[in-house]
Amino acid sequence: MITKRIIPCLDVKDGRVVKGVNFKGLSDVSSPVELGQYYSEMGADELVFYDITASYEGRKLFTDILTEVASKVFIPLTVGGGINTIEDFDRVLKCGADKVSVNSGAIKNPKLIEEAAKKYGNQCVVISADVKRVDGVFRVFSKGGRENTGMEAISWIKRCVEMGAGEVVVNSIDTDGVKGGFDIPMLSAVLDAVNVPVIASGGAGSMEDFVTLFNLLPTIDAGLAASIFHFKEVEISELKKLLSKNDIKVRL
Amino acid sequence: MIAIIDYGVGNMYSLKCSLESQGIESVMTRDRETILNADKIILPGVGAFKDAAKNLRESGLDKVVIEAAKSGKPLMGICLGMQLLFEKSYEYGECEGLGLIKGSIVPLEGKIPPSYKIPHIGWNALSFKGEKSPIFKYLNENDCVYFVHSYYGVDCAESTIATCEYAIEVTAAVQKGNVFGCQFHPEKSGKVGLSILKAFDEYIPEGGETL
Repeated sequence: MITKRIIPCLDVKDGRVVKGVNFKGLSDVSSPVELGQYYSEMGADELVFYDITASYEGRKLFTDILTEVASKVFIPLTVGGGINTIEDFDRVLKCGADKVSVNSGAIKNPKLIEEAAKKYGNQCVVISADVKRVDGVFRVFSKGGRENTGMEAISWIKRCVEMGAGEVVVNSIDTDGVKGGFDIPMLSAVLDAVNVPVIASGGAGSMEDFVTLFNLLPTIDAGLAASIFHFKEVEISELKKLLSKNDIKVRL
Repeated sequence: MIAIIDYGVGNMYSLKCSLESQGIESVMTRDRETILNADKIILPGVGAFKDAAKNLRESGLDKVVIEAAKSGKPLMGICLGMQLLFEKSYEYGECEGLGLIKGSIVPLEGKIPPSYKIPHIGWNALSFKGEKSPIFKYLNENDCVYFVHSYYGVDCAESTIATCEYAIEVTAAVQKGNVFGCQFHPEKSGKVGLSILKAFDEYIPEGGETL
């Protein structure tokens, strides 16, 4: 029986983890390597590193860091942020990433998904979509959720999967940061439309939100969150124990 | 020293690092002498069967790997590397493998209910078959390992040492004498995976057990 995955997401800028991390027991709380190792120890099933650097120098630093993380953390690593070309795929895969997540890059050039899937396999290509309701319709936003592309989200995600994306991350802008739970209706609509793994993102505020997610959507594959893990509001090891107690299959 | 066969597919960096973390020396190579002189061999691989099989054949590495395996050298295929050990694959048409493990590689599609997603991605629990294989000596039944694949091995019951459940029983690992194969990625399976690599490094083939 395949287990449900718990995935912490780390935003990295100029080689450092940003978004105030508040950890005792770590000598360097903004070191992606130390945090990655910590999460892996706690039972994270996968790590997402999101590069929010804009500069060329920052990108180079990111790949250096990624190389170091991959040499020390032996769970799957997904990398996103600034992926616009096949060369970008190549750059991060060479450093030990297992999957590459594309967002704005695919909106600008949908062919990127096709090309990447052909070259590296579907399993390697993750489509990440920032979705928000506008007048009751799910719309895809680009540029970190700032710009409405006007595209209807479910058909966009479906199209990405048809082009070869092997996994989908759905970030609900509506629930993101609210900490009131995952966006069940939005996720449900995506699950109905595609048959590849779907990862829920945006809205987790407590351990119970994950229980609700997996109970209401038995076919969802993973829950992703950032701040609640970074601020230790939710400890991954405790979360997995609670899920298991609720008969949700997890890797303990 | 473990020789990791470098035949131009996939990323071997994580594999090399994971071995290093266990104090196991390894070298990525396509050199015949280096491979034949190594203590053990790992055949990695991600991507499509046909391309990988073609790369192996064109570089002549197929013969080297077969020669080493037949001489009794322990060999482990990982993911696509495991699939290549089989006789043939039906990924995008029929294609021959190395034939070290009896059986063939077929798509999951059509074999599992449509509600089950393809690729099979994620952590799944191992269930051992037959006598516990030496590469699992540090493992317990139901330990989870990380899978990413859309094709799987069939008609290989006699060499299957572990399966996982994904609507059907999916071949997770095989062994025939000194030849091992893991459909999952030990180098991405945390502590459990690392302990499999360690056990493989410690494995000494018994006389008469080789291919």
